[in-house]
Amino acid sequence: MAADDFGFLDAYAVREIRRALLKALAVPGYQVPYASREMPIARGFGTGGLQLSLSVLLPGDRIKVIDQGADDSVNAVNLRRFIVAACPGVQPVTRTAEATVIQTRHRIPERPLMPGQLMIYQVPYPDPLQIVEPREAERRRMHAEGDYARLWVKLYEDVVRFREVALSNRYPARVHGRYIIDPSPIPRWDLPKLHRSAVPHLFGAGREKKIYAVPPHTAVEPLAFADVPFEVERFRDEQGRRRRCARCQADDTYLDQIPLPGGGSRWQCNDQDACDERLGYPDAR
Amino acid sequence: MTSGWGTPMLAEPPLLSVRGLTRIHGPGCPRCLDSTGDAAGRNDCPHCRSVVAIAGVDFDLWPGEILGIIGESGSGKSTVVRLLHLDDRPTQGSIRLRGGDGGCLELTELDGAARRRLRDTRLGIVYQSPHLGLNFAISAGGNIAERLLTAGERRFAAMRERALALLARTEIPRSRLDHRPAQFSGGMQQRLQIARALAPGPELLLLDEVTTGLDVSVQARILDLIMELQHELGVAMVAVTHDLGVARLLAQRTIVMRCGRIVEHGLTDQILEDPQHPYTQQLVMSAL
Ligand SMILES: Nc1ncnc2c1ncn2[C@@H]1O[C@H](COP(=O)(O)OP(=O)(O)O)[C@@H](O)[C@H]1O
Ligand SMILES: [Mg+2]
Ligand SMILES: [Zn+2]
Repeated sequence: MAADDFGFLDAYAVREIRRALLKALAVPGYQVPYASREMPIARGFGTGGLQLSLSVLLPGDRIKVIDQGADDSVNAVNLRRFIVAACPGVQPVTRTAEATVIQTRHRIPERPLMPGQLMIYQVPYPDPLQIVEPREAERRRMHAEGDYARLWVKLYEDVVRFREVALSNRYPARVHGRYIIDPSPIPRWDLPKLHRSAVPHLFGAGREKKIYAVPPHTAVEPLAFADVPFEVERFRDEQGRRRRCARCQADDTYLDQIPLPGGGSRWQCNDQDACDERLGYPDAR
Repeated sequence: MTSGWGTPMLAEPPLLSVRGLTRIHGPGCPRCLDSTGDAAGRNDCPHCRSVVAIAGVDFDLWPGEILGIIGESGSGKSTVVRLLHLDDRPTQGSIRLRGGDGGCLELTELDGAARRRLRDTRLGIVYQSPHLGLNFAISAGGNIAERLLTAGERRFAAMRERALALLARTEIPRSRLDHRPAQFSGGMQQRLQIARALAPGPELLLLDEVTTGLDVSVQARILDLIMELQHELGVAMVAVTHDLGVARLLAQRTIVMRCGRIVEHGLTDQILEDPQHPYTQQLVMSAL
């Protein structure tokens, strides 16, 4: 395949990552080991996601990179520049609606994803069992046998101590009724978007050398007791009303609290593109 | 069930049948079995240095019965318990567990996941050391919930209720539900181990020297509790001890082990009154 050499990685690396991806899609939620390559950025800054992007991008693709919800943070800008330089014919974009591939670390865009798009996650810790079991061999056995009791025990202890599960992000979720995944550092807010999503979600952990995936239209269920339902962030004010974005007025998005210089704070969409889109892209030229 | 005399009602098939159970640590050689055991007075093979932890162990256990296993340190008692709890695999032999449907399950042939499932739903174990049987990093209720969760429970309120009932049953104050076991007394830790072991309603409870090292009054309270639980729940137990008094109190029948072999087997009272094997005679003498 001529396209294999395209995108910084050598043809052999690309083929290996694609093979791992196919396996990951065939066994939803299963962590497929692969030989992670050295990348010209420090591990921990998204090498896993970057390798996935470089392996799947083709000329004509349009890449969007977000860090937190922003396209213009230093990290996002550097990654996007690197990808575009390494992949001739790939366009950088910031609008979710225009992107064919979206590389992210913390967020899933608010705008519903469309068939033909692809989500790629930079994952720091791929294994949800890491919080309860330090030995990797034991974690592999637990996954293989579907032995997730200790994760459930953590949930039990959290509900006892805090009346709810004390995980604001990396909330464990069961994929296709079988494997439990750590859905990267996305907030709870985004977890329901993985459930029966229209697009494939591909997760790459460079340091831990693992790839896993949620194929389109696949069930993704947050771990929760039958009588203590999973809840997303509420964003209520003191009177119990749903807060709105101070900029676009949306009351159905994930909000950041931004401290004001004189004290106090304001709330604003974390997904910068969703906020801009709602305002009709006021800064667009 | 057992009759009033402590004799199994033989019309009923046993819950557990153990035959030829053998566990050799090391490579093993053709002369291992003949060079170890009661007559040889050792359990390590002089030819290949393997340790014959147990060999040729046979016994049956009837539903609701408590079987005692006595023997000095190193005689193979804990090895039997570990094999019954499926924590270890025998070198040879069979362990058959009767199912509710009357069919028998050969436990030595189960794969890893099936072993785990069986252990999580039908077996319970209490160790001498609470550190083996309890998770000290989580609450008392969490220790009980863990067993319920492995058995498939997913309702939070139901788990709390069951944990409180088990605490009450094992005489631990309700107010201790969310406390860590490290804050408990030694006796209370053992009672929590029992509560945890009983959580999924097992048919077989394994007790490995559960009162060893405790004060006499604390011991007595735990032994009382074990006997009450046997009467109330009808759960069958294998109780390992090196204390003849404990065996006499708990067990209708007792096995005496030496150097990995069963050297005597019968009704506990008969064994204590009229020991047949020189080793048992010596045990009884020294206990007087
Ligand atoms: N993993 C092992 N490797 C080698 N020898 C062992 C191992 N486990 C137990 N043994 C030996 O098997 C014998 C029986 O041990 P055990 O069943 O613990 O005895 P008990 O509980 O009666 O004190 C002892 O000699 C012990 O040293
Ligand atoms: Mg022992
Ligand atoms: Zn030998």
